[in-house]
Amino acid sequence: MSTGNMNLTLKVWRQKNAETKGAFVTYKAEGISPDMSFLEMLDVVNESLILKNEEPIHFDHDCREGICGMCSLYINGHPHGPKNAITTCQLHMRTFHDGEIIVIEPWRAAAFPVVKDLAVDRSAFDRIQQAGGFVSVNTGVTIDANAIPIPKVIADEAFNSATCIGCGACVAACKNASAMLFVSAKVTQLGMLPQGQTERYSRVQAMVAQMDEEGFGNCTNTGACEAECPKEIKMTNISRMNNDYFSAKLFREEATHEHASGE
Amino acid sequence: MSEFKQTFNSSLGKKLIMALTGLFLCTFLIVHLGGNLLLFRDDDGFGFNMYANFLTHFPPIEVIAYLLYLSILVHAVYALILTIKNRKARPVSYASVNKSPATWSSKNMGLLGSILLLFIVIHMSDFWFAYKYSHKVAYKEYRTDLATDKTTSVDYVPTSPNFEKSVTTENNIEVVRVKDLHARVAQSFSNVLYVIFYVIAMFAVSFHLLHGFQSAFRTLGWVHRKYTPVVYFIGTWLFAVIIPIGFAAMPVVYLIQSLNK
Repeated sequence: MSTGNMNLTLKVWRQKNAETKGAFVTYKAEGISPDMSFLEMLDVVNESLILKNEEPIHFDHDCREGICGMCSLYINGHPHGPKNAITTCQLHMRTFHDGEIIVIEPWRAAAFPVVKDLAVDRSAFDRIQQAGGFVSVNTGVTIDANAIPIPKVIADEAFNSATCIGCGACVAACKNASAMLFVSAKVTQLGMLPQGQTERYSRVQAMVAQMDEEGFGNCTNTGACEAECPKEIKMTNISRMNNDYFSAKLFREEATHEHASGE
Repeated sequence: MSEFKQTFNSSLGKKLIMALTGLFLCTFLIVHLGGNLLLFRDDDGFGFNMYANFLTHFPPIEVIAYLLYLSILVHAVYALILTIKNRKARPVSYASVNKSPATWSSKNMGLLGSILLLFIVIHMSDFWFAYKYSHKVAYKEYRTDLATDKTTSVDYVPTSPNFEKSVTTENNIEVVRVKDLHARVAQSFSNVLYVIFYVIAMFAVSFHLLHGFQSAFRTLGWVHRKYTPVVYFIGTWLFAVIIPIGFAAMPVVYLIQSLNK
């Protein structure tokens, strides 16, 4: 941990677009305050690049308070940097020491093609969400929120799953680039609550099918996703998703029984 | 594509196949270890040879055995398919070493599984194939005096090359002639390199199951605060400690015995 201003060496992945090959470029980040966030440090570097008439480093960011899921960055072997349960925007430069070499890479997954430099296209997650990650409700009078009793443990579990911000750190951390932690969090969040029951079994099938189509890898239960998730989504979600999926495939009705014919 | 095919071709379907075949192979290990403890009996292989003969001549066991061989093949083939798919899911790898916490065994299941597959091929060709389909295994004759229950053994050369087993009783002496797999085991386990290979393979079993057993339950979706600790306990102590040590003890004990002769 440092108190005075720091000088750092950055090895940043630069890539023009998805079609071209990328490479690491080394930059000096000088006079960095330890109280800056990681993204503010990159802003400072970009300012200096712009002054030199160079192309600034592209990276995703939006709310900068850890709730939007837009920032990413694979920093020194960890998605969202070395600290637990925070996003890159919440990572402060005091986590690093003066003179440190920081390697910054984009999320690496076939399903997350690089848009430019450190920004990747995570629309695969949107398509998975659109495949079934919703609850259909009738329009009309607003139903009293407290009309349906929900056991506290169910509400808590669903809420824990709902804290997923869809940043993709699970995919980035997984040695198989599997998206199962993300998908399972979305499946669980809706499938546990009474409002989500109607579409529970069709949802899990549709979302898993879309996940497979996007080309994510397959879970081997290593637990890297759970360890790196900025929202601490648990792997038990994956088991719950599997349970719902197998249950849907093996035991649930998808079509009404027809009358036996020919008798 | 039929619904059935679609289910098993999905990512979760393939994982289901891995989990079910894996757990089936785990249950086999318990039976295999239990039976092979007969190797530790000081009866010049009488019990073990009778057991080997029983296993290869009892139809229900034969059926389960073929299910087992199928499970090994399916488990290996699906592991390969999944690994290729997982590699494809990350075409450009990271420059920095992945520091995300995960157990060593969970990250090296493919390596451990490959060692095990190699082991199974060698193990089965040396014993199962040699026993069932070759004439490499000699015979032994056990003479048990039914009055004193004392058994003596001598080598036996059958008149027909396809001889399997005979049990006759004459003058209150029971004469059992059977294939002597025990001698082949003892001979193999007197080779230091062979024993080292077996011990390494048992380390692979240990680390493979340390992750694999509990991972299979996770995949099946059987995770619960109440019984998941039990699954971890069984996976660790039974499948990653007791069973590998039990199996590794056989070649080690036989090697020590052969050195003392």
